[in-house]
Amino acid sequence: MLLKLVLRNSFRHRLRSLLTVAGMGVAVLAFALLRTVVSAWYAGVEASSANRLVTRNSISLVFPLPLSYRDKIRQIDGVKKVSYGNWFGGYYIDRKNFFANFAVEPESYLSLYPEYLLPDSQRTAFYRDRKSCVAGRKLARRFGWKIGDTITLTGTIFPGNWDFVLRGIYRGRDDTIDENQFFLHWDYINETLKKTVPRRADQVGFYVVGIAAPELAAKTAEAIDRAFKNSRAETLTETEKAFQLSFVSMSEAILTAIRLVSFVVIVIILVVVANTMVMSVRERAGEYAVFKTLGFGSFYLAALILGESLLIAGLGGAAGIVLTFPAAKAFAAAVGNWFPVFKVEALTVYLAVAAALVVGIVAAVVPIWRVVSVRVVEGLGRIE
Amino acid sequence: MNKKNSSLVQIRNLYKSYRRGNQIIPVLDNIGLDIKEAEFLALMGPSGSGKSTLLNLIAGLDQVDRGTIKIGRVEITSLSETELAEWRASNVGFIFQFYNLIPVLTALENVELPLLLTGLSRKERRRHAALALELVSLQDRMDHHPRQLSGGQQQRVAIARAVVTDPTILVADEPTGDLDRTSAEEVLQLMERLSVDLGKTVIMVTHDPRAAKKARTMRYLDKGVLTDAPEISFTEFL
Ligand SMILES: Nc1ncnc2c1ncn2[C@@H]1O[C@H](COP(=O)(O)OP(=O)(O)OP(=O)(O)O)[C@@H](O)[C@H]1O
Ligand SMILES: [Mg+2]
Repeated sequence: MLLKLVLRNSFRHRLRSLLTVAGMGVAVLAFALLRTVVSAWYAGVEASSANRLVTRNSISLVFPLPLSYRDKIRQIDGVKKVSYGNWFGGYYIDRKNFFANFAVEPESYLSLYPEYLLPDSQRTAFYRDRKSCVAGRKLARRFGWKIGDTITLTGTIFPGNWDFVLRGIYRGRDDTIDENQFFLHWDYINETLKKTVPRRADQVGFYVVGIAAPELAAKTAEAIDRAFKNSRAETLTETEKAFQLSFVSMSEAILTAIRLVSFVVIVIILVVVANTMVMSVRERAGEYAVFKTLGFGSFYLAALILGESLLIAGLGGAAGIVLTFPAAKAFAAAVGNWFPVFKVEALTVYLAVAAALVVGIVAAVVPIWRVVSVRVVEGLGRIE
Repeated sequence: MNKKNSSLVQIRNLYKSYRRGNQIIPVLDNIGLDIKEAEFLALMGPSGSGKSTLLNLIAGLDQVDRGTIKIGRVEITSLSETELAEWRASNVGFIFQFYNLIPVLTALENVELPLLLTGLSRKERRRHAALALELVSLQDRMDHHPRQLSGGQQQRVAIARAVVTDPTILVADEPTGDLDRTSAEEVLQLMERLSVDLGKTVIMVTHDPRAAKKARTMRYLDKGVLTDAPEISFTEFL
């Protein structure tokens, strides 16, 4: 009966309640989408392994390191495996078709990245053919590539048109793994450079260093950088996570702003829901006085009001969360190239649920306090 | 009750005033009143004389300044707010001028409402509520909402709600004030029956001499002082 009362009270002003529910839905949707943008930004960081270090030129990422460093790095204590590569920076047909493509040393690179799943037959085919490449599943789907297709990339850093035969399509081990990357043989590029621009040959953009255990990261990184101190190209070695973060940190201020806005949205809707509750409860002041007259205590009145507030906030919140998934999909389709992984995280959903609950509870506080604190005779006075 | 003829309600040296800003408005001045069980008492007096205030105090809705109100064996003037609420729930039935039904509940649900505070099962509550509606001859309007009922019918639903918990006292503040003559007559007859047939103690505030005449006893309140209804002023009212 109390439940029935809560339900009927909630929709006495159908339009007002529906508008509030809709507002709540939009707010939660906005909240969840903004949070998803932020977590998409950090996706690379999350996916990075604590077992990998990245060594690059200490001046800037755009300056290369000599290939000869590979053997020296290998000898340093704590280093298990070394791979290397270059940002290739080619595009497919049109400059707009942006995606990440790296020229790497295939065997060592893929063994350092076990999260890229590739069938053995495709893996060996890729290793064997110097002019071949491997693409992520999403990337292949985007351009309709099939195994055996010849893909022509136009180089921006390495000029000319480059043909690669697609020998493999990798999957991510889980949803956080970027499936929009493209890998080709560093050797193939290097051989060509030797003939065309010899001074750019035998140089790498970065080394990826596999270490035995995450605890060794700091010590090993330091040892690597010490080994190349005062040499022609000094190095900067960081964990992969720190390396990824150095990209993200450029936009840290924007991300903080987005996070802040996502909470402001919730605060705004809290005010709206609280206003609806205050209005509804004020209109029914006489009825609550009747409840009190009949002997209903503060607990019942609080339950009635809280129930109504939670119902409105909950309905809106549920609608917002349900809508977040198709909205995120549409958003990813529109700007997907920017975010290799654009997925609504479980944490975002939990936060949205928590936000709805908090709104429902806090919006009820003022009306409950008013109803409970008003004296019975005064409450009755309003209707008489 | 130990003695058959002792008073159910005993009011002694009752004072009540209201504060408005820093101004104190005395409302009730040294009231003493005894009401017997199964009495049907009408309380009359000019507007602002303190009738509603006195009724609210007897019903345990407000706190006195000074003096005592004893109802049955309970001195309600010494109860806390929470205790008073519990006491009201099981001892007092309320009838208001404007019925004060909950608009989103049906007639039956409105009558059932006070029973939520009892230990009765859902089925029992329904049965009691239906019986109470039968008592006021509205059994065929159980599923109607208040706005689908006439004023008189709404007031009868309110009476059913007031008696459904089987309280000892019924308080009514101008129960016929908003009704036409026929409806008022029906409501008064019902209240009379409640007192005569069911032995309820009914205390009714009214401006209407016709209503007052239905009551067995009449008291008159003027400027916070209680008197027996003087014959002269009573006829003047007519
Ligand atoms: N909550 C309150 N605060 C301040 N003054 C009040 C309050 N309630 C009543 N009063 C004052 O107390 C006096 C008596 O009020 P009460 O309502 O008891 O009169 P009444 O006899 O019922 O009048 P009426 O016949 O118009 O209903 C009035 O002067 C009124 O203004
Ligand atoms: Mg009055």
